[in-house]
Amino acid sequence: MCGIVGLLVKKPELKAQLGALMLPMLTGMSERGPDSAGLAVFGDALPAAAGRRYSLHAPDWNYDWAACVAALNRVLKHPVEFTAKGNHAILIATDDPQKVAAAVAEGFPSLHLLSVGRSIDVYKDVGHPTAVAERYGFKGLTGTHLVGHTRMATESAVTPAHAHPFTAGEDFCLVHNGSLSNPYSIRRKLEPLGIRFETDNDTEAACRYLEWRMREGDNLEAALESSFRELDGFFTFLIGTGDSLALVRDPFACKPAVVAETDDYVAIASEFRSLAKLPGVKHANLFEPAPEQLYVWKS
Amino acid sequence: MEVVDLQRQSVRELNQFLHHDAVSGKVQALEVLNPDGAHNIAVGVNTPIAIAIRGHAGYYCAGMNKHASVTIDGNVGWGVAENMMSGTVRVKGFASESAGASAHGGLLVIEGDASLRCGIGLKGGDIVVGGSVGNFTAFMAQAGRIVVCGDAGDALGDSLYETVIYVRGRIKSLGSDAQVEPMRETDYAAVGELLNRAGLTHDPMTFKRVASARQLYHWNADANQEY
Repeated sequence: MCGIVGLLVKKPELKAQLGALMLPMLTGMSERGPDSAGLAVFGDALPAAAGRRYSLHAPDWNYDWAACVAALNRVLKHPVEFTAKGNHAILIATDDPQKVAAAVAEGFPSLHLLSVGRSIDVYKDVGHPTAVAERYGFKGLTGTHLVGHTRMATESAVTPAHAHPFTAGEDFCLVHNGSLSNPYSIRRKLEPLGIRFETDNDTEAACRYLEWRMREGDNLEAALESSFRELDGFFTFLIGTGDSLALVRDPFACKPAVVAETDDYVAIASEFRSLAKLPGVKHANLFEPAPEQLYVWKS
Repeated sequence: MEVVDLQRQSVRELNQFLHHDAVSGKVQALEVLNPDGAHNIAVGVNTPIAIAIRGHAGYYCAGMNKHASVTIDGNVGWGVAENMMSGTVRVKGFASESAGASAHGGLLVIEGDASLRCGIGLKGGDIVVGGSVGNFTAFMAQAGRIVVCGDAGDALGDSLYETVIYVRGRIKSLGSDAQVEPMRETDYAAVGELLNRAGLTHDPMTFKRVASARQLYHWNADANQEY
């Protein structure tokens, strides 16, 4: 069991409240996922010349980010900006993304690169969702849309790296409620293509599979269509990209989801109790997404 | 009328009140405010009482109901009225998965749509759905009746035993061993009676009967696992 939440605000003035609106949604899913929590938040995209955002997770809460960035600045051509909170930091770097990722991987193997992109920031860690939200100040997050997850691990270890969301490529992330039966077949298909895995988690296989399909030219619809053939197991997937949220459930729909839509927002959660505190939800258009149907909302 | 506000009291307090203080006709009616999708509201009630839930309820609402009449002014999560023994449960909105699962008796009315696996393993209750039902409705259902005023999804009545399903709209596909059968006088009377109890006015003549072909009752080695 796990809990998923998603929120997309339709009015610019609500961007400042994104985290505050989402917080009761995420903590409302604590019973479905008490061991880890995480989210990916999408804000205004950096302009092309301003580089990319990198979310990093360190093994130590008192990690010396300033020393890390100083060392990166000696390797990279352009200076790196950073903001840090405990074991989490967001870097903004203008060098080639592959060079930045390589500099982090070679110089700081203990760091975990959570996400890369122009608009995505990812936070995830082990602990009760309320504690994780407090740890990183989820309430104050701003942006256009986000996806969140509370985890009750059933198939792989409870570590920060195994928490959701999983990312692949740039500005792409996935949260998952369910379990896949064939993650290793997917992995054996992707690894010879040069796609590297970081964990033994089943959701990572789905995430890398979908991102690979989209890099090969599929749009989101076609990628998800092929996932019905390739992915065996139970899933409700919530996908975040730079400009959209997408939701899909497997043909048996054994994992729940409910959607509330108003003029102000689209909110998605595993259960209605997570949506109950949203303003105006009593008059929202509420529905349960059908199996094998793709729902996409643009920011 | 008694009122329980779930913003001030817990579901456990509500259910303990229903199991102890409200028995033997001491309370005729109870209103539940701010359900906000909480699970297990009014579960295991065993007394004739009218319960009105003002909002959306979560999982297993009115599960194992006996004698009570429960109305939900909203939607319900998974397993509404699961294992109901008697009484009536009415959902004014839509019901999520496994509505009325393995109910032994009573009447479940869903005015909106019901999601997947409605009436799964039904053992004798009646279910009337005003809207449409999702895939795998009445999977392995053993007894009782299901009336669907809208359409039915895939695999309707898969591995059906003796439950009879009446569908007014389109059937996307029938499950293994389910078949459409001619309506008889007793079927029209049954649909009429159930629609009447549900407060719906459709013409019973517009319904089809789906029941078991009973080919799965006995092992058939020649079927080669193809059903």
